[in-house]
Amino acid sequence: MADVLPRSEPGRLIVLERIPPAAWVLGVLLLAMPAFASNFVLYQIFGWSFILGMIALSLMVLAGYGGMVSLIQMTVAALAGYVVAILGTSGVPQISLGWPWWLHIPLAIVIAMLFGTLVGALAVRTEGIYTIMITLAIAAAFFYFTRQNYGIFNGYTGFNNVIPPRWFDIDWRQSVPFYYLTLACATLSYLAVVWIGRTPFGLALQGVRDNPRRMSALGFSVTAHRILAYTFASVIAAFGGILLVWQNAQVVPGTAGIPQVIDILVIAVVGGLRRPIGPFIGAFIYAILSVFSSDILHAIGMSGERFKLVVGLGFLAVVGFSPDGVLGLWDRYQARRETNRDALLGGRR
Amino acid sequence: MARSAIASTRDRSTAERLGSVTTGNALELRGVTKLFGALAAISDVTMSVRPGERRAVLGSNGAGKTTLFNCVTGDFLPTSGTIRLFGEDLTNFPAHERIRRGLRRTYQISLLFGGMTVADNVYLACLGVSRGRFSLLRPRPSDAIVARADELIAAVHLARVRDTLVSSLSYGQQRQLEIALALAGAPRFILFDEPAAGLSPAERAELVAILSGLPDHIGYIIIEHDMDVALRVAESVTMMHNGRVFKEGTPEEIENDPEVQELYLGGGHG
Ligand SMILES: Nc1ncnc2c1ncn2[C@@H]1O[C@H](COP(=O)(O)OP(=O)(O)OP(=O)(O)O)[C@@H](O)[C@H]1O
Ligand SMILES: [Mg+2]
Repeated sequence: MADVLPRSEPGRLIVLERIPPAAWVLGVLLLAMPAFASNFVLYQIFGWSFILGMIALSLMVLAGYGGMVSLIQMTVAALAGYVVAILGTSGVPQISLGWPWWLHIPLAIVIAMLFGTLVGALAVRTEGIYTIMITLAIAAAFFYFTRQNYGIFNGYTGFNNVIPPRWFDIDWRQSVPFYYLTLACATLSYLAVVWIGRTPFGLALQGVRDNPRRMSALGFSVTAHRILAYTFASVIAAFGGILLVWQNAQVVPGTAGIPQVIDILVIAVVGGLRRPIGPFIGAFIYAILSVFSSDILHAIGMSGERFKLVVGLGFLAVVGFSPDGVLGLWDRYQARRETNRDALLGGRR
Repeated sequence: MARSAIASTRDRSTAERLGSVTTGNALELRGVTKLFGALAAISDVTMSVRPGERRAVLGSNGAGKTTLFNCVTGDFLPTSGTIRLFGEDLTNFPAHERIRRGLRRTYQISLLFGGMTVADNVYLACLGVSRGRFSLLRPRPSDAIVARADELIAAVHLARVRDTLVSSLSYGQQRQLEIALALAGAPRFILFDEPAAGLSPAERAELVAILSGLPDHIGYIIIEHDMDVALRVAESVTMMHNGRVFKEGTPEEIENDPEVQELYLGGGHG
């Protein structure tokens, strides 16, 4: 799975991975999407999927590579969004400082990263359910704090009119530009996570996940590796958070309310935590369900409010069939096909 | 052959330089005690091992041998007592700090990364005692650390299964890999916890060859039930019993000691 080292093929210097044909097809399809998808689908389904996928991807780094289930990722994302609103411009000029984007965006990333690292430092000494509890507690504290603090976070109302800068004189909240912006960010995050998985840092992180005791006995500081995983994950979550705030043009305490915090976990688990593509699959399913389930529910005569019920049932179904999400289902399907083919070809493996 | 592969000349000179700076013992334990609730797994263990010395620790099941290793490597902290490595007090150091100072160990029950290949396991071991543990650059075949990992894999005769997942190795191969992990970097002192247990006679011979092929400056303690193996690879022996040091001496002294014969050779262990 980890398989970090180059295989011992003499003279092989290729650092690039083989890109499977399916990835080419998907890439071309995604690039061409604006040619045939409606603005609504581009902005609401795909844009949102890419953003939620990035935030869930940051959880995949922690849980999949590091074995740590964190519920703080949505909060880190929202904090980045808040910083953009507070330091940049918003519809609340008495608070927002109006600093230029090249100052407030990097600051938002750094502040969210420091916050995520701090939470990590508190959380990494705990295991399993306690990690979930401590990160959830901090997420809840952040939610209530932002709701009650009017001096900085503008309390219940939060910030509206938080929009992306006009880079290249383009309105990035138009469907097609926003689609490409989020696609680019999601792709870069995805590649970064794939890349990390096979670096010394990533390999060591997976070693810490599998066997922390052995890792210490090999000279690794387990704690330092875990905390740095939070740092790395926070950066991805922060980018996702800024995009999310731009998409909605607002950031409010409910951006990282408890339901939203839990949703990120649901998305990551439904998609699958074992590979970086999983969170995006989960986010896509989640976005589709969220957007369309109320229509379906109306059609069968139920209240649209119940869409959470549909999401919840979907979650139960996936986890019931496959503890490792949709990715796990796919892997098992592939494995079955492999075995069948092996049988046909006389056990070629 | 194993010898040249295991200690590249640069590593050896580094370790020798470090070894000559400190005087006195490689490992020194004073009154080390470890309690598990009311049970004293080891009590008041005092022992010292000279640099380059090779020591066998014998003792029946539950005598506290593995617990002693765990205290020395920092897998857990002793309840009381002090532990010095090359003169430096490590008693309260975390495990990884001890490893970075040249201490190494193998585990009685293999503690490997089953989901990774042999190459990745050994690479991790080499990485753990190098700089660049947090590197975000992927390893390339030309990296020194990759070459070093491959040397180690060859030294423990695992080159053929380099790219095999560890979980699908044979038991004997997993034991070999345990040893490779302990030889990464520039070890100065190694703790081997029953490395020969469960090995075939041929594999034992290989093990003895690897141990005797280690550079002279590397001292070790080996826990070994098999007297034949123990006496071939160790120049001194510590007998443990009920968590205490029971006897210390040369292999001959221990073998011929009437008390030892009664306790150890007479019965007790399987
Ligand atoms: N983590 C632990 N928690 C509680 N008791 C322990 C623990 N580790 C060891 N013990 C107890 O300490 C005593 C010494 O165990 P230890 O494993 O050190 O013996 P040993 O000499 O290595 O035996 P063996 O030859 O079977 O490997 C035993 O009674 C064991 O049950
Ligand atoms: Mg033992």
